[in-house]
Amino acid sequence: MSAAATTRTGGGSSLANRIVIYGLLLLFALVYLIPLFVMLVTSFKSMDEIQSGNMLALPQSPSFDAWARAWGETCVGLTCAGIKGYFWNSIKMVVPAVLISTILGSLNGYVLTKWRFRGHKLVFGLMLFACFIPFQAVLLPMATILGALGRFGADLESATGWNWGFGNPTVNLVIVHVIYGLGFTTLFFRNYYEAFPTELIRAAQVDGASFFQIFRRILLPNSAPIFVVTVIYQFTNIWNDFLFASAYAGSGDVMPMTVALNNVVNTSTGVVEYNVNMAAAIIAALPTLLVYVVAGRYFVRGLMAGAVKG
Amino acid sequence: MAFLEMSGLRKRFGSVEILKGIDITLDKGGFLVLVGPSGCGKSTLLNTIAGLETITAGEIRVDGQAINDLHPSKRDIAMVFQSYALYPNMTVAENIAFALEMRGVPKAERRLAVENVAKMLQIGHLLDRKPSQLSGGQRQRVAMGRALVRNPRIFLFDEPLSNLDAKLRVDMRTEIKRLHQTTGATIVYVTHDQIEAMTLATKIAVLKDGEVQQVGTPAEIYNRPANLFVADFMGNPAMNLLEASVVSEGGRTLLSLTRQGDDDIRLPVPASAAASGLDGRKVILGIRPEAITDRDGADRHAGTLEVVESVVEVVEPAGSDTFVVTHIAGKEVTARMRADTDAKAGSRLPFAFNLDKAVLFDPGTGRRI
Ligand SMILES: Nc1ncnc2c1ncn2[C@@H]1O[C@H](COP(=O)(O)OP(=O)(O)OP(=O)(O)O)[C@@H](O)[C@H]1O
Ligand SMILES: [Mg+2]
Repeated sequence: MSAAATTRTGGGSSLANRIVIYGLLLLFALVYLIPLFVMLVTSFKSMDEIQSGNMLALPQSPSFDAWARAWGETCVGLTCAGIKGYFWNSIKMVVPAVLISTILGSLNGYVLTKWRFRGHKLVFGLMLFACFIPFQAVLLPMATILGALGRFGADLESATGWNWGFGNPTVNLVIVHVIYGLGFTTLFFRNYYEAFPTELIRAAQVDGASFFQIFRRILLPNSAPIFVVTVIYQFTNIWNDFLFASAYAGSGDVMPMTVALNNVVNTSTGVVEYNVNMAAAIIAALPTLLVYVVAGRYFVRGLMAGAVKG
Repeated sequence: MAFLEMSGLRKRFGSVEILKGIDITLDKGGFLVLVGPSGCGKSTLLNTIAGLETITAGEIRVDGQAINDLHPSKRDIAMVFQSYALYPNMTVAENIAFALEMRGVPKAERRLAVENVAKMLQIGHLLDRKPSQLSGGQRQRVAMGRALVRNPRIFLFDEPLSNLDAKLRVDMRTEIKRLHQTTGATIVYVTHDQIEAMTLATKIAVLKDGEVQQVGTPAEIYNRPANLFVADFMGNPAMNLLEASVVSEGGRTLLSLTRQGDDDIRLPVPASAAASGLDGRKVILGIRPEAITDRDGADRHAGTLEVVESVVEVVEPAGSDTFVVTHIAGKEVTARMRADTDAKAGSRLPFAFNLDKAVLFDPGTGRRI
């Protein structure tokens, strides 16, 4: 940040510029941080304190009561067992969706750069096109397809005694997110592998490695940065998704976290428990925050690598 | 029957034909060097042998068996790449053992093989390092080790030394030569470096625009170039190529070379060319710089030595020799004189032409007469 500022402002009499720039940066930072701050302090306050006191004031006697209530007791719709179930719903849905879409994306990138076939440009073009399709446009067709899968699952169940996951809302969401994310993950990996030295692949071929051996032993171990980027991107998108979640798993105990949170906040019974709502919201945001903190260092590096070399 | 045979090999990328019917054979234990200007298709040819590129037409046989349609891993051929292509995520030992691992060789055996190769290449102390922690020369050795450990039927080298500095290059060149002599491996080697080609090869193939210009031993290529291109391409400084006309004088057939502001030069027709039927024709005389010397530096066994006086234009001392440039037949002519020659720019000096070593070319077709 400071490097960019100094290069842009250049030499000597740039103090005024600097003040303006840092002032603006500070302002923007505040705009983003104040709501977070309010959420955080509110979640540690009691309801009495919230109703009587200042929004920005620090809690007088911080307690985790609201957090515990949010996790285990608060009402989501008509069930009052906290958000923990829905949190796990999200995890169960996000982890497979992220992993599958990332692995498939890297396989696609591998094929599109190192095992080129006739028409590979067209295929990649279509994949890119998938990135521009808005969520809303897929909503109805996807519902039809998921409906068909559900019927297929029912048939399977009557034939084999188990539906093999077809028709399960969590599985449905995994399918939707994998398909929708594939365009992006393919784009990321293709650009990264485009710059990957082809001679390494050729050397491995001469050494006798097969298609998957090359992928697993040569390509994957050298893909850490782009993996981090893709995982962060996919994780954030899928975890935060509300539209698909509410459309295909919008009720009952299969709801993902985002939908559940919405129901907590919109609950119409009794007083609005701001502290509980805030705690629930923070819990809902924690996983993405964690992913960023853990992997963020690679994020910028990986983005740069993909962007510059690709 | 030769060990490696390429016949009528063609390769096209889209509509451009890159290899236009290559016919080369190589005996077992031979060292074939492919040379040619950039973009002439050397790497492409090597890749087709390795199976990394499919061929459009023709056949490649190893030990009598066609390998055209074999997957690279099934050809039993090892390749050393220009960039070395070491796997960055693996240690040196893992790099070397990778091919064996892929072939299902047991771990203990792999370790033994790696140790043997490491000893031969003196990289035993580097086995636990990653490629990024190696110098250029060390990487080069590891790349060779990766090929050697497999003990393949054929080794392919694509400009393996071009990324090294001059000194290291000479060392590695000697090492490769020694490896070839001790292991008796069959090698196909691509290089830009003339000296590498001359010192390593048992056979040289000169390529241009996807066509073979000449295949032969280094001596044949050097002394008897098949055409003007080969003559000009091989040798440094390049062969002097001078326009001459064939004239008859006093019953002798002679070459006449014009000079600006001076008498024409008369030289006997080189023994390498059949003099009959040349009368009155224009030819191109090819004579290497070392065949033009000072009078007492000339080869005492030379059959036809002709001394001509000419004006010195440039003197270039090169340590062991001095290259003296004069002007004949409208072109600069380089002569190789003793280091202590008293040649000075502007002075007249006797140049001794050893025509034993000279060749004639047809200016129309470019072929040697
Ligand atoms: N995949 C490809 N598609 C199209 N043309 C190619 C391809 N690979 C190589 N060529 C072309 O084939 C020709 C020969 O390339 P090649 O790499 O074999 O040259 P080279 O003799 O090895 O040159 P250098 O000495 O520079 O390495 C070049 O003109 C190149 O542009
Ligand atoms: Mg090349």
